[in-house]
Amino acid sequence: MAQSIAKEFTKGLWTEIAPFRIVLGLCPILAVTKTVENGIGMGLATTFVLVFSNFFVSLFRNIIPAKVRIPCFIVIIATFVTIVELLMQAYTYPLFLKLGIFIPLIVVNCIVLGRAEAFASKNAPHLSIADGLGMGIGFTLSLAVLSAVREVLGTGAITFYETPIVLFGPAFEPFTFMVEAPGAFVCLGLLLCFMNLIPKK
Amino acid sequence: MDLILLAIGCIFVNNILLAQFLGNCPFLGTSNKMETAVGMSMAVVFVLVMAGVISWMVDHYLLKTLDIEYLRTVSFILVIASLVQFVEMFLKKSIPALYAGLGIFLPLITTNCAVMGVCLINIKEEYTFVQVLVSSFSYAVGFGLALIIFAGLRERINIARVPKPLQDTSIGLITAGILSLSFFAFKGMV
Repeated sequence: MAQSIAKEFTKGLWTEIAPFRIVLGLCPILAVTKTVENGIGMGLATTFVLVFSNFFVSLFRNIIPAKVRIPCFIVIIATFVTIVELLMQAYTYPLFLKLGIFIPLIVVNCIVLGRAEAFASKNAPHLSIADGLGMGIGFTLSLAVLSAVREVLGTGAITFYETPIVLFGPAFEPFTFMVEAPGAFVCLGLLLCFMNLIPKK
Repeated sequence: MDLILLAIGCIFVNNILLAQFLGNCPFLGTSNKMETAVGMSMAVVFVLVMAGVISWMVDHYLLKTLDIEYLRTVSFILVIASLVQFVEMFLKKSIPALYAGLGIFLPLITTNCAVMGVCLINIKEEYTFVQVLVSSFSYAVGFGLALIIFAGLRERINIARVPKPLQDTSIGLITAGILSLSFFAFKGMV
């Protein structure tokens, strides 16, 4: 049993890592990766929602009628998104302001609904938690990598809790294109290309 | 005059796809053929205007008067999901031609973050009813415009020789980046 849990957990980290192996959840990936702090914050919020929605969808999988399953899943997901929204408003207010409408938009993140439909509605609760956790951490990693590339190239520093860690000397000219909207698309496209170069196994 | 400026702002300057990054999954998913892109755009225009207006009414007359704004996320997604279902049933019965055209794109709209996103932006910006009408329509037109331009570009890419690792989504994203760069030029307008 422990082996199958480990298997479900690790697949989200590499073989099915979102959005590089399965192209889902692009909107938050592109929109909140201006800084590493935002990226990781968004990733953790999504992980929280993924784990709990997967768990509850899996618990109720035999009760929910097949015809109305999607609205039921959405209500479960929306409940946890509201919880995360209120928690962030209470404890990490600056981050809450920066992420803005992208926190309520976790509801329509295709990864969350996708996992509920493809995995949690067919598997036992403990496997679903492992799956949600793996997918969430994989998603957080992708967000961290993309935001690190964008922030380092775009500003020449990484900022945590408003203290910038400057990585390059004063001669470095910030590549502002990277932190603007077009840079997000190009940067993610190039990262996808690199991931395609690395074989799956 | 203000309304015209708002419309231009929503279509070009704050383009929902290329400047605000909302609705990118259908953007990449349905842009391989011009036909599907047009179908998706029409479905979005149709649903977004209705969803924008209804969600504004729900927020204004229900959530605010009862002081339960923390239920906004849940109520909006329910409004959108039931609206999509309702529109689908209505079209199937009364306008079968349009239903056949929009077909599979209607259910996909429930998880299109552009719809939910515009509803939330309308509330955040504290628009009035008329402004909501204009902004929802203009955002939807902006979505359609970007999607159709992008589908045209992709049809050309499909017959070009692209290096293997760059194929499909990767080259799609880079093209979208260049398209986004061209929309960047509108930034100073409003």
